[in-house]
Amino acid sequence: MTWDQGLHKATTVLAGEQGTRELTYLEAIRAALRYEMQRDRRVLIMGEDIGVYGGAFKVTQGLIEEFGEDRVIDTPMTELAMIYAAIGMSFEGFVPVVEMQFADFISTGFDAIVQFAATNHFRWRQPVPITIRAPGGGGLRAGPFHSQSNEAWFVHTPGLKVVAPATPADAYGLLLSAIRDPNPVIYYETKYLYRSLKGMVPEGEALVPIGQAALRRSGEELSIIAYGAMVQEALSAASELEREGHSVEVLDLRTLKPLDEEAILATARKTGKVLIVHEANRTCGVGAEVAALIAEQAFEYLDGPITRLAAPDTPVPYSPPLEDAYRPNAANILAAARELLAY
Amino acid sequence: MNEIDDDLLQQAHYWMRLTRALDDRGTFLHKQSKIVGGYFSQIGHEALSVAAALSLGPKDIIAPMHRDLGAYLVRGLTPRRILAQWLGRETGVTRGRDANLHGMGDLSLGIIGFISHLPASTGVIAGVAHGIKLKGEPRVAMCFFGDGSASQGLAHEAMNWASVFKLPMVIICENNQYAYSTPLSRQMAIEHIAQRAAGYNMPGVIVDGNDFAAVYRAAKEAVERARSGGGPTFIECKTMRMRGHAIHDNMAYVPKALLAEWEARDPIARIEAELRARGLLDDEKLAALLARIEAELDEAQAFAEASPYPDPATVTDGVYA
Repeated sequence: MTWDQGLHKATTVLAGEQGTRELTYLEAIRAALRYEMQRDRRVLIMGEDIGVYGGAFKVTQGLIEEFGEDRVIDTPMTELAMIYAAIGMSFEGFVPVVEMQFADFISTGFDAIVQFAATNHFRWRQPVPITIRAPGGGGLRAGPFHSQSNEAWFVHTPGLKVVAPATPADAYGLLLSAIRDPNPVIYYETKYLYRSLKGMVPEGEALVPIGQAALRRSGEELSIIAYGAMVQEALSAASELEREGHSVEVLDLRTLKPLDEEAILATARKTGKVLIVHEANRTCGVGAEVAALIAEQAFEYLDGPITRLAAPDTPVPYSPPLEDAYRPNAANILAAARELLAY
Repeated sequence: MNEIDDDLLQQAHYWMRLTRALDDRGTFLHKQSKIVGGYFSQIGHEALSVAAALSLGPKDIIAPMHRDLGAYLVRGLTPRRILAQWLGRETGVTRGRDANLHGMGDLSLGIIGFISHLPASTGVIAGVAHGIKLKGEPRVAMCFFGDGSASQGLAHEAMNWASVFKLPMVIICENNQYAYSTPLSRQMAIEHIAQRAAGYNMPGVIVDGNDFAAVYRAAKEAVERARSGGGPTFIECKTMRMRGHAIHDNMAYVPKALLAEWEARDPIARIEAELRARGLLDDEKLAALLARIEAELDEAQAFAEASPYPDPATVTDGVYA
């Protein structure tokens, strides 16, 4: 039993996904780790409590039994040394996947990521093929230090790639791509979806390319651009709007760096109205970059103000009424969408 | 120095003299505004950087920092590439992307480029050593950090990591008394940084960092221990930073008597005294060696100055592999 089990009242099963097996979002991450470790002996994983204990969320459960303690490394509690060590291991030919127990703790390893890993190839042309798994996002009543969505720190940093899958199939396919990418990749997995979202997932080489957004729903009047846990919320809102007679498009960014500029501009030009949703704080969030891109390159197509719906600029609160007020959801996406549709 | 054979001593002498001559040339080129930005002299560190690097085998990995010019040279970075780096040319180690000795990495020579956030390379070297251990290879990884970076959390996290996993790692701590203007008394409440090694259950050795033979002996023993599965060693080299933090710094904060004391312990004067005592050096031989080094550096400088600057159109190249 992990602490988040029981918090999810229902599990959503995605319809229409191609694949051979139905997996939760969490199981899809584990399947990707397992597949890569079977495929490539250079791939190893490390983190706090990930081996014998199987991880705080049990993502890595069973892997130490299968791959041994040299490839599933339980580490001291030191994110900074852990990420630096991953860089060093990569210089010896390994392909390390590092687990942050919570995305919140990635700040203690910040220098290793943004100063060393991100700049290394630019400076002396030595690639740093490491992946850092960052379980992020709120909705689990976990308070200010176990709920953060801090992806914007890394989206701002040249030399990094940042992905944020929203479905089990993407959780699988993007992790394969992240591990095989020769650059440092921050993989934001959404804790809220771990056990609350299921879907069909392909086996084997089902890579999802980094840098490619996915159109989750096609529509004519409004585009909702989202990622991570907000994709499902946006889809719920879009279904409700359909019942009200509106045609709404939902674009799942999937990769936050590099952004799929073509897909963003295509949906903005198509509908002329854009609502950007994320559960990260508003100021200088990914939404700001998406809005600027559209303003610069699709201005003449717009038929309403580019609108952002994001968490307010506060830490993530614990108490349920506060967290519910903090975190965007289908209901306030719906309200923002109605306002924009009426503009 | 009796167990250091004549060949090794002469070899070390060449590297130490080359290091100092290249460093002097760097200072000169900075005064001419040919080297821009900061320039960090290493005068006084020749013995420790050369000795530590010479204690390694060709397949070992080293992570020096900004005052370990001698280590880069011993490992095979040529004065040509280093001077081109300082002059910001396309032929420099980082092709004009990184400054002074920063980022001078080349894994084909077993060198990891450092970043300003010392002791970053200590964590990286722990990972290199970890990788070496996982592969079961008889290789060793060595890093350098100073008295300032000894106060950083990462120094402790990386030492702990190396110790927990019993890694083939050697830590050279160059205690040169000042981190920029901050003296040891503001850096720590203990007398020797090496005392901390006990907290990580690794040998902590203290040596005179201006004595080539002392550093070489300690480093060699640590390297052999690491190579044979005995785990990490911490070596504190006591030395003195004989110039300012960077060239702009007149280090008025350093007592004159302290500098005079260390001037009298100059590492090059000491190795030359030993060479003369062994009958391996006289004025004529020294003049010939210095002339040979100057000619080597003249040629390297001419190469660097004739090299093109990077093309501004390539400014975004290489951010991603």
